Amino acid sequence: MAGYLSKLEALLKTRQFVVCAELEPPQSANAEAIYRKMKYYRGVVDAINVTDSASAVVRMSSLAVSTMLVREGLEPVLQMTCRDRNRIALQGDILGAAGLGVRNVLCLTGDHQTLGDHPSAKGVFDLDACNFLRMVRRMRDDKRFFSGGEIKTEPRLFIGAGANPFAEPFEWRVRHLAKKIDAGAEFVQTQCIFDLERFDKYMEQIRAEGIHERVFIIAGISPAKSARPLEYMKEHVSGLMIPDALIARMKQAHDPQAEGIAVALEIIAHVRQTPGIRGVHLMPLKWASVIPTIVKEAGLLPRPVVDVTAHPVANA
Amino acid sequence: MSMSLLLRDVGYGICYNAERIAKVVLFRCSMCGQCILRSTGFVCPMRCPKQMRNGPCGGPTGGMCEVYRDRKCIWVRIYKRNRFFGQLPKTERRMTPLDWELWESAAWLNVVTKKITLSGESRRTKEEFQD
Ligand code: SF4
Repeated sequence: MAGYLSKLEALLKTRQFVVCAELEPPQSANAEAIYRKMKYYRGVVDAINVTDSASAVVRMSSLAVSTMLVREGLEPVLQMTCRDRNRIALQGDILGAAGLGVRNVLCLTGDHQTLGDHPSAKGVFDLDACNFLRMVRRMRDDKRFFSGGEIKTEPRLFIGAGANPFAEPFEWRVRHLAKKIDAGAEFVQTQCIFDLERFDKYMEQIRAEGIHERVFIIAGISPAKSARPLEYMKEHVSGLMIPDALIARMKQAHDPQAEGIAVALEIIAHVRQTPGIRGVHLMPLKWASVIPTIVKEAGLLPRPVVDVTAHPVANA
Repeated sequence: MSMSLLLRDVGYGICYNAERIAKVVLFRCSMCGQCILRSTGFVCPMRCPKQMRNGPCGGPTGGMCEVYRDRKCIWVRIYKRNRFFGQLPKTERRMTPLDWELWESAAWLNVVTKKITLSGESRRTKEEFQD
């Protein structure tokens, strides 16, 4: 049997419903903070996405934090954006990540630098996500650098992309995802889902085009502690759809935290019923401690055990 | 400098500036040297703040760009244009990555000298990247 590249790939290919969650690196050199947070993830999620200075706010590097997770026996999904690195740096980091034991990579274009805390920075955007995906896929499958030069030991990574059902032009989003799959994406993680109507329309189109048979789709869920972060996101974060009814519901709740959990559980239940969805990806809004509660309440515990380390590929 | 070299430089200058004047005025062109206006409904994608050549980022909200919120997202415009003219398949093919060495050169001449294809992609990058 062919080996699996990662635990995430093994679970998806053996038709398990996967659980991923996001870990935001600290805005400091404090590694202690990361080790402390690990308890929310260990045994609770299958893979941990490590963000790459998301929203263009400087944080500890995603590769460094991913390496810490690997050393602790956890499985990271290394997020990489094209905002800060050109094709030379990206390829170098891909090789380094594989060398350090990272097994999953999520290739993104990245948020624009003017939206973050260093608006005067120079944005790189040498490649876009489509070509980034193709580059990584080619490094792995064809053992070729972008330039065509040969790679002796290829980076064996499971390759993912982002997908946003909630940004315009809506009718085109599915075709855009198809382009990313053609370029090399094997799994996708969606933008956070709040608007189920729009999500259902998107998934209908996905199924009509048979896209769910070509890629593993993991649904993004963002539990919120109160109405505040939702209002903030609606105002300041682009490419999101947050229904006013949801904000009102959170505002009226006696116990907003419990309501936030209830909302997340409802969305998880909905996506689990949706044909074509193969897992969930939790992106709590400054609320990592809620992850175990949500996974447990959703009935997704215990997580299946796969021994990828026993595999020749992972040992190599 | 020999006479022929001088003539070549002057000739290049004329071509470059003619293209520049025409395209900058008409399409707010960035002179990327590898013009794909033909497949983007004559909306220059290099005006996108992320210089995306393969479709929109995840940002456009209400049709507006995530960076310049008072401007329409370039890719929403390209999409609408191509849909109107029945040219959507053109946007479905992945464009080869940019060849930044061609930046600020004359795309029309680059076609003639075979540096880029008719579709506006760098031949060198296509070869390297096997696109
Ligand atoms: S919203 Fe549109 S124009 Fe703005 S950065 Fe994204 S793709 Fe480019």
